[in-house]
Amino acid sequence: MKTLQNSSSLWEAINSTVEVCDPFVSSPETKFTLRDLLAGSVLGGRCQELSGSSVLISTTDQIVAAAALIELDGVARRMVLCPPGLPAEYLPSIAKSAEADAIVSDRIIEDPAIASVGSFIHCDGRIVPKGYGSPGRYETEWVLLTSGTTGVPKLVVHTLASLAGAISVGNPGSGHVTWSTFYDIRRYGGLQIFLRAMLTGTSLLLSSAQTSTADFLAFAGAHGVTHISGTPSHWRRALMSSSAHLIAPEYVRLSGEIADQAILNHLAQVYPNARIAHAFATTEAGVAFVVNDVTTGFPASVLTGTPGVEMKVENGSLRIRSPRTASRYLDKEHGPLKDANGFVDTTDLLDLRNERYYFVGRRDGVINVGGLKVHPEEVEEVINRHPEVRMSLVRTKKNPITGALVVADVVLRSAPGSESGGDRQIQQDILLLCREELAPHKVPATINFVATLAVAESGKLIRRHA
Amino acid sequence: MNVRTEIVNQFKQVAQEQGKRLAPLTDGLELMNSGLDSLSMAILVSRLEDSLGVDPFMASEDAQFPVTFRDFVNLYENVAK
Repeated sequence: MKTLQNSSSLWEAINSTVEVCDPFVSSPETKFTLRDLLAGSVLGGRCQELSGSSVLISTTDQIVAAAALIELDGVARRMVLCPPGLPAEYLPSIAKSAEADAIVSDRIIEDPAIASVGSFIHCDGRIVPKGYGSPGRYETEWVLLTSGTTGVPKLVVHTLASLAGAISVGNPGSGHVTWSTFYDIRRYGGLQIFLRAMLTGTSLLLSSAQTSTADFLAFAGAHGVTHISGTPSHWRRALMSSSAHLIAPEYVRLSGEIADQAILNHLAQVYPNARIAHAFATTEAGVAFVVNDVTTGFPASVLTGTPGVEMKVENGSLRIRSPRTASRYLDKEHGPLKDANGFVDTTDLLDLRNERYYFVGRRDGVINVGGLKVHPEEVEEVINRHPEVRMSLVRTKKNPITGALVVADVVLRSAPGSESGGDRQIQQDILLLCREELAPHKVPATINFVATLAVAESGKLIRRHA
Repeated sequence: MNVRTEIVNQFKQVAQEQGKRLAPLTDGLELMNSGLDSLSMAILVSRLEDSLGVDPFMASEDAQFPVTFRDFVNLYENVAK
């Protein structure tokens, strides 16, 4: 497999393919060809100002971010990809941790707390002529955000080389492939598809902030999508739409959550001509492996038989060492990302049955709601603010639509009363508090009042993992 | 308990809690157009499991995903039988 040369910037890599196949990136509202993008600037021709800078890319529309990434890789010292729905109040601390010199955005950001960031570059996807060629000689850090225990996102540092480690580059003109993804490209799973398309000279179809699943399927179908990825939850949503039949992909990829047998069966049924693969990847550990046998879990042989990726199970969880892992967290407070030997502990717990591994939960209790992580501690901290609450335990509940939901067991200061009385009011108050403080997927779907919670001798709550 | 009535009640309840505008629940209504997003649908299915005691999605690995409101009700009625 030919992988990306360490020295290549994204601009250079794309430049070597566009002459052959003239690929484009399109959403229902916006479209640009890579040839036009390489020849012009979406940053108002101000790219050179950002040479060696740390840049926050905080746009509403992902296609605008895509264009900015192509222009800035190799030019900026660091690019921080702010995902959609990032609460505005986190922006100042992210800007500080990233030592940001500039913000690229398609909207006005008026927060005085980020006034210290030197320059603001408006970027709405419009390409203007530029008076320079391919600038930049930095090996740019690509910083991705992932959910942290306290709510403030962790900043995970990659390079283009680590992100592209699982991608076989070149081979332009392989012809008819058109990629698409339900993911946003500012999350690891979506970024993989963005880079896969860009580095192989392939066109890419993206959704925009206002595109519904049904409209996106219609758009992707009309543009002849052949390869498409999403989380199992994205796919469940798609299959609950009559528009699922508007696409006829050759390749369907799942990642970001456990692919259960039901979703694999459904996809095989609805897309009989598609190869169906589920990949295991995390923002920190990178892409580890892809499973092609349309069966949940993965063969035990994958652990030792995946070229370029070393894997082992220690204390029950999957550990990964490869050139595809992130290098570090930007904020020192989050501790080392790898152990002394360079392995990333995914904290995903595995169960071995009949020569096949199955994912059974997380050691740290992290809950995966439709591909979005929830740290129980973050939700418990909010619940525990309620004056009637003595303690709480947030745990996962299996769900066929989003894979999992958040539920809370709560011990009140006074003994639980009748369902109809004050307890129901407290339940409503707690939910209200959570809705004010937390993203919707973090709000417990159910609050159960319990008499006690198990506490270990260490004084910590005992968490069940699966 | 009447399965359909319970489903209608829970749709209304979840929509209200999640601040979603619920479309009139006619048989032909596509679930995608009901006003509920994935998270709301997930909560709905979880609540119905509590109140009806069944989760037809988990009952079979080969059950069809429902597309319309009628499909959704059928799914529960068939499992409840």
